[in-house]
Amino acid sequence: MISLLQEAATTAVEHGAEGAEYGAEAASHGADAAAHGAEAGGMPQLNFDTFPNQIFWLLVTLGVLYWVLSRIALPRIAAVLSDRQGAITGDLMAAEEFKQRAKEAEAAYDKALADARSEAQKIVAANKAEIQKELDAAIAHADAEIAARAAESEKRIAEIRDSAQTDAETVARDVTAELVRAFGGNTDNADIDAAVDRRMKGVMQ
Amino acid sequence: MATEAAGEGTGLQFHPMDQFIVRPLFGDGPVQWYTPTNVTLWMFVTLLAIIGLLVVGTRGRAIVPSRIQSIAELSYGMIYKMVEDVTGKDGIKYFPYIMTLFLFIVFSNFLGLLPEAFTTTSHIAVTGVLAMAVFITVTVIGFMKNGAGFLGLFWVTSAPLVLRPVLAVIEIISYFVRPVSHSIRLAGNMMAGHAVMKVFAGFAAIAVISPVSILAVTAMYGLEVLVAFIQAYVFTILTCVYLKDALHPAH
Repeated sequence: MISLLQEAATTAVEHGAEGAEYGAEAASHGADAAAHGAEAGGMPQLNFDTFPNQIFWLLVTLGVLYWVLSRIALPRIAAVLSDRQGAITGDLMAAEEFKQRAKEAEAAYDKALADARSEAQKIVAANKAEIQKELDAAIAHADAEIAARAAESEKRIAEIRDSAQTDAETVARDVTAELVRAFGGNTDNADIDAAVDRRMKGVMQ
Repeated sequence: MATEAAGEGTGLQFHPMDQFIVRPLFGDGPVQWYTPTNVTLWMFVTLLAIIGLLVVGTRGRAIVPSRIQSIAELSYGMIYKMVEDVTGKDGIKYFPYIMTLFLFIVFSNFLGLLPEAFTTTSHIAVTGVLAMAVFITVTVIGFMKNGAGFLGLFWVTSAPLVLRPVLAVIEIISYFVRPVSHSIRLAGNMMAGHAVMKVFAGFAAIAVISPVSILAVTAMYGLEVLVAFIQAYVFTILTCVYLKDALHPAH
């Protein structure tokens, strides 16, 4: 706005020069008119009788105006402007502070979040370890039980096997003795045992 | 001009300069230096208008200004910045003085545009005093601040030595012409515009010409509104320039 005004001002200065010329022309014109007839009066601007009056009232006005401006108006406006500047600066600083605080709050929130996450992970890991331990214990227990049962079964199988062999030998001897007797042979127990043992070798093993 | 027109008996009456006549407010006696005249009245109105804007308008001292306070602050800011930009930091202490001049001129100019108003700034007696006040103040400040160094204003050291005396004469003449041009520029502009408007208005008495006359008066009025502000601005900025010369006389 100011640059525009200054531009206008320079043109106005030229305009002013023209105006001054015009004024001078008008002045000579007025003087002519004054020479022609008293009733025309000429240019009021050049009526020097009114000069003291105008100058006196101008000085009074300027004096009062200067007093009012320098004592009341200008200090007041300056105070208002500096107050406003102060308020704006204060508000900006407060805004900056709030921003800082918001940043801190965000950082705290982030930190809390990270803490919670690591805590959760810790708890998860602890739980996992506990479960693993229990699981391990259960597995071991089950293994032991299985092993015990397997051993027992084995024992029973072995017993059954042993009893089966003995039964088979007994049956074989009895059958052999009966057969020998039936054929009217001499039944010598030792011979029969030896023969049965010999035949059964390789079958029962 | 006026007598000639009247003498033809056409009924046209041109009195473009009558608006500038200084008259006593009461009675019809001679104008003494103390007589309350229309000059007194309109200067008083100017004073009241300025107080209305700058004192009454800012009485709220609001952080968020009202419209009137905005205008007061705007005018303050404009002149303050002008003084600061043109004369520099050390010119700030003359700011109230320059503000007084600006406000008086701009309000006188605009109040003079009211119908039936008296334009105090159209008188060479008024603008002459304003310009002489600036001239004397600036010269006194120049010598007080710089002593004889103020004369360096007229001694152009950047010019060749041979030219310097010639330039010094020119500079001195231009320095002393300053108050004359300073005052006549303002008074001439004000007077010419108002007189032209009166002449155009005088033609409105002829019915055929009156529409043209009214258009011309309207256009002139618009121009005068512009001139009223620009002349106040020019007067003020030139005061600042002269003050700058006094504070920093070196070229």
